[in-house]
Amino acid sequence: MAKVFERTNGLVDIPTHYCPGCTHGIIHRLVGEVLEELDVLGETIGVAPVGCSVFAYNYFNCDMHEAAHGRAPAVATGIKRVHPDKVVFTYQGDGDLASIGAAEIIHAAARGEKITTIFVNNAIYGMTGGQMAPTTLVGQKATTSPFGRDVSHAGMPIKVSEMLATLDGAKFVERVSVHNAKEVRKAKKAIKKAFELQLSGEGFGIVEVLSTCPTNWGVTPVEALSWLEENMIPYYPLGNIFSPKEAK
Amino acid sequence: MTKVLMKGNEAIGAAAIKAGCNYFFGYPITPQNELPEYMARELPGVGGVFLQAESEVAAINMVYGAAGAGARVMTSSSSPGIALKQEGISYIAGAELPCVIVNIVRGGPGLGGIQPAQSDYYQSTRGGGNGDYRHLVYAPATIQETVDLVMEAFDVAEQYRNPVMVIGDGMIGQMMEPVEFKEPKKRPIAPKTWATDGTKGKRKPNIINSLFIDPQELEDHVLRLEKKYDEIKKNETRYENYNVSDADVVVVAYGTTSRIVKNAIAKCEEEGMKVGLIRPITLWPFPDNAFEEITDKTKGVLTVEMSTGQMIDDVKIAVNGKKPVHFYGRTGGMVPTPDAIVEEIKKIARGEK
Repeated sequence: MAKVFERTNGLVDIPTHYCPGCTHGIIHRLVGEVLEELDVLGETIGVAPVGCSVFAYNYFNCDMHEAAHGRAPAVATGIKRVHPDKVVFTYQGDGDLASIGAAEIIHAAARGEKITTIFVNNAIYGMTGGQMAPTTLVGQKATTSPFGRDVSHAGMPIKVSEMLATLDGAKFVERVSVHNAKEVRKAKKAIKKAFELQLSGEGFGIVEVLSTCPTNWGVTPVEALSWLEENMIPYYPLGNIFSPKEAK
Repeated sequence: MTKVLMKGNEAIGAAAIKAGCNYFFGYPITPQNELPEYMARELPGVGGVFLQAESEVAAINMVYGAAGAGARVMTSSSSPGIALKQEGISYIAGAELPCVIVNIVRGGPGLGGIQPAQSDYYQSTRGGGNGDYRHLVYAPATIQETVDLVMEAFDVAEQYRNPVMVIGDGMIGQMMEPVEFKEPKKRPIAPKTWATDGTKGKRKPNIINSLFIDPQELEDHVLRLEKKYDEIKKNETRYENYNVSDADVVVVAYGTTSRIVKNAIAKCEEEGMKVGLIRPITLWPFPDNAFEEITDKTKGVLTVEMSTGQMIDDVKIAVNGKKPVHFYGRTGGMVPTPDAIVEEIKKIARGEK
């Protein structure tokens, strides 16, 4: 019988710590599959963030470097400048990347740093217990926006992909989601393209992946998938925002 | 080998490149700018990389990444910039990576000024970063000594897998003196089998990390670091002692200040006084042993600093109540004069202080 599904060698065979219904596991798997398919696991150095995916360094089957909150793009820059022939990626959440690490990601993109960033956006701080993130939607409740995000007080959520796409150093920017099987397949395609772009030496690539947080959103895992589709996608539209082909 | 006349900041850059430093990540701040400028000019020619980061915070984290990737890497800054780098230094110490950090100290607090000062003693030796960590701090007094210590710092950092800081001040950074580049002594440096340079499918993944969620694991890690710091204390403590065992007054000073103190001591000697000097070359580890030479003859110890008194805490610990410890300092970029120091020494000798 033909084998239709197996564990990817891109991930280490250990259980992850993620909450039930969290889509970090799917996104990890997509990155692992892509690195395995591109046959670059032995040449890859990943940088893990602070936040829910802080332990990502334990899960990917390649060399990993832990970074302080928000500093993953700077750490990745240091690694890539030492090993320009290696594949270097950062895996970051929205608190890490869009808030405390906003400067680092903007300047890595502006420099055209030849790294790939997997940006997981679940519109909330997960690890620290559900506080408001720069990506928290207007009206969305969080522990530090208990009455819902109020624009007059906290401003509008940041559309990171659109912002980075304005920078000439960013060569691939795409927003994807993992709320259903069809979108998961599209997400994998985008992640693969971003890594291929790094391998061809073009410049900075980022894939923003809309993700769920049933625990801190206070909904069931299934409800979380619908909540993402109904609330996040209208504000964070999916699709390619900037790619080398469009640039021509 | 011939001596060349070099400006301090540029001599540091030249020493680093001669020591095999191929990567420099920095951010401009006065009075150390000639150093990154030198690296920007010279590193590409030797196949290295100079990169101007978007901030000091990014610069030290680039150092963190490059050090983890196995490179010989350096950054430099001045006081408020080093304050920003302290978080990264804590991570580098926690992850046990080698790197060299140069601090050309200026007056503070806050933006302070740009003139020479020694008010970063606490920041350098206590660390502004979080947690139980230590790093070696060299405080050279001449540009030749700066060059020697910068060259050695890279080897020391790799031998112990720990950040090493070299501190000077605007005077060290800006003045010119003749220097000679000498090979440092050979040290036992293990191959960097821990570096994140790709498994190539031949080994298990390497992980550079300073996170230990299990308290027992973290305590074990911190205690292991503590043992390493004890080794550094035992092997790497350095100081210069001058006439300490025969002195009526012993002066303690480091870096630029020690040069002014030497002039003051020469003046005292012309008047027939016996004045000793203890000059710490490593601020951490502090040379407690140097104080064992002080005899009953000594009336008191005078600490001279370009600060309101920071090293004096370590001096008091080293003297351990055996003699009175006095302080004279200027701060804010003001430099003590030899005459003012002579006056303080005389007060102690006369028993007026």
